[in-house]
Amino acid sequence: MFQHRHLLGIEPLTPEDISAILDLSDQYVEVNRRRDKHEDVLNGLTQINLFFEDSTRTMASFELAGKRLGADVMNMSLKASSMNKGETLIDTAATLNAMHPDLLVVRHQNSGAVALLAQKVNCSVLNAGDGRHEHPTQALLDALTIRRRKGRLHRLTVAICGDIANSRVARSNILCLNRMENRVRVIAPPTLLPPGIDRFGVEVFTDMAEGLKGCDVVMMLRIQNERLTGAAVPSTREYYHRYGLTAEKLALARPDAIVMHPGPMNRGIEIDAEIADDVERSVIREQVEMGVSVRMACMDLLARQNVRADQ
Amino acid sequence: MTPLHLLNARLIDPATDYDGPGALRIENGVIAEVIKGNSPPVPGIDCRGLPLAPGIVDMRVFVGDPGARHRESFRTAGAAAAAGGVTTIVTQPDTDPPLDDPALVQFVRTRGREDARVRVETMGALTRNLDGREMTEQQFLLDAGAVALTDADHAVADAKVLRACMTYSRSTDALIVHHVQEPSLSKGACATSGEFSARLGLPTVPAIAERILLERDLALVESTGARYHADQITTEAALAPLTRARDAGLRATSSVSIHHLTLNEFDIADYRSYFRLTPPLRSEADRLSVVDAVSAGLIDCIVSNHLPQDEETKRLPFEEAATGAVGLETFLPAMMRLVHAGQLDMLTLFRAASRRPAEILGLAGGSLTPGAPADLVWFDPDAPFTLDRETLRSRSKNTPFDRALMQGRVLGTWVGGERVFGGSDAA
Repeated sequence: MFQHRHLLGIEPLTPEDISAILDLSDQYVEVNRRRDKHEDVLNGLTQINLFFEDSTRTMASFELAGKRLGADVMNMSLKASSMNKGETLIDTAATLNAMHPDLLVVRHQNSGAVALLAQKVNCSVLNAGDGRHEHPTQALLDALTIRRRKGRLHRLTVAICGDIANSRVARSNILCLNRMENRVRVIAPPTLLPPGIDRFGVEVFTDMAEGLKGCDVVMMLRIQNERLTGAAVPSTREYYHRYGLTAEKLALARPDAIVMHPGPMNRGIEIDAEIADDVERSVIREQVEMGVSVRMACMDLLARQNVRADQ
Repeated sequence: MTPLHLLNARLIDPATDYDGPGALRIENGVIAEVIKGNSPPVPGIDCRGLPLAPGIVDMRVFVGDPGARHRESFRTAGAAAAAGGVTTIVTQPDTDPPLDDPALVQFVRTRGREDARVRVETMGALTRNLDGREMTEQQFLLDAGAVALTDADHAVADAKVLRACMTYSRSTDALIVHHVQEPSLSKGACATSGEFSARLGLPTVPAIAERILLERDLALVESTGARYHADQITTEAALAPLTRARDAGLRATSSVSIHHLTLNEFDIADYRSYFRLTPPLRSEADRLSVVDAVSAGLIDCIVSNHLPQDEETKRLPFEEAATGAVGLETFLPAMMRLVHAGQLDMLTLFRAASRRPAEILGLAGGSLTPGAPADLVWFDPDAPFTLDRETLRSRSKNTPFDRALMQGRVLGTWVGGERVFGGSDAA
């Protein structure tokens, strides 16, 4: 039984929690493929998407998930509004809390900021990404995609490639895949590996060819342009040459290996366009589809636990 | 003035390495007589066999005057100091405006002496506006009463500027106190590099940032002959260069904050901003190395690094929150943690917290010898309590010890023979 007030990260989840979320997500995949996609489990509830950092895709996914479940959804992009007038995160939390939301979906550029906000409100909080810390729904949608494609979510070898140091997606995926007893590898230039990565329970590779050998899943990460101009990596073309996923490199993984990417992709930098669009190997569009279902499942479970239990 | 007798005490005197029974006779604000062994049958305060030590000389305290009295005034800082066994505070020049002008140094000294119940000394700025570009008027600042020159938390990035300050200081004999964190590595950081901060996803500074700047500074000390103090040694990596400097006979000393001796990186836990310090809290291995270095006398001084911050600047995400913690009032109980853990003994602690700072800054104090000022702390090292930050005397309550179980309570503090903390137990 899923017993959490908030979904702040993968860290507090048990394997049973993760399986419960994925099982329910599978049901919502079916709902989302119907003509009538409406369920009414969140009827009358208010969901606020509070995004301090721009993200069209994730916000849209959460919005759609909430609407399909019947919630009243409000989107707030705060990057350019009151935060610039000196209002603190906690003030914003208090203000929104006074409007009686039932679910707060929060993205913030600082690690730990979503947890801080969760301490100050009376409703459930979903972390939609905090700094370089966690992005739990991304890891869960990745897990769902893998489980549906591979028929299981254990004893798989998964390589996560790219900017591990600055990636919350990498952190949440490492936690999630490890908790489900998979073998996790990270592949990156040493400048994009965080200190202490060898103690995260992963195998560390700086040679992509070595790291890809025998993998069931190849998970690529987006790299920020500003890191490609000499700050962490000498140039875009050297990065593509050494760490970009091409057909040639993918051939080193298992023949049935799938390719994933959290999006948005930089084609020709971290991933070759041909691979990205190869329907046989790439599950990138499926990840987006799973995203809505996973978010519906997470919000449903949190509402069951916290809102409907109060009634 | 009638003499005051402090009787049946456990005297802790780092100047003579005496830790044993005794009594003190105080006259005209100074220690007139030290009686070792049994106390004479005269009226006075019965110290009940509990420790009586020279008051702490804290060489790194921020007081928000001028510019930030809402964070800490001399009155509140003085009250907090007295309650923590601190009898001299040495304030930092990173006020608003910074103390880079002799008139400002004079103002702060006057204000401090009027408002605080403990002794107040101050450091002047090392460079104008603390921006690391032009040296300040060293002699004028010293003449105005500055006990040392420093840019507080700002490291002078430009080696040429620091070399000029050090070379010039040969003619003024100013003590140069410098924050040793290579700024290009520490910029934007709020945690120490390692597995834990990587899991939290926080921007980090590696431990070697301290060693890099310290090595550079010590090379400059060697070539200029300056009198130098490395502020805040917090890592094992910095100890080898310190040892070499000591062996080479350089005029270099160093200090560490009580927080870095008693807390480590894991105390940050779930992004608790009260544990955001500069330099950041380090690994347990670093902490233990630094404790050993204090024990061996390689690190000379323990400071509070008292840095009051108001609620608004701390109630923010960890990366955005202001850095620093108040430390005056918890100074003595925090030191007792090291005693109870069996890591440092009383004489070592008071050598590092009272004796060495007084010696390095050329201040009276830090000893229980006849003629020394009667700046004293009497305390019960075992008394347990749970710290409640709301009860702190500081105007700001940003303590890392909120709700912590602590042992060690100050029973009385005297400055110049006058009782500034505790009372009602005089015979």
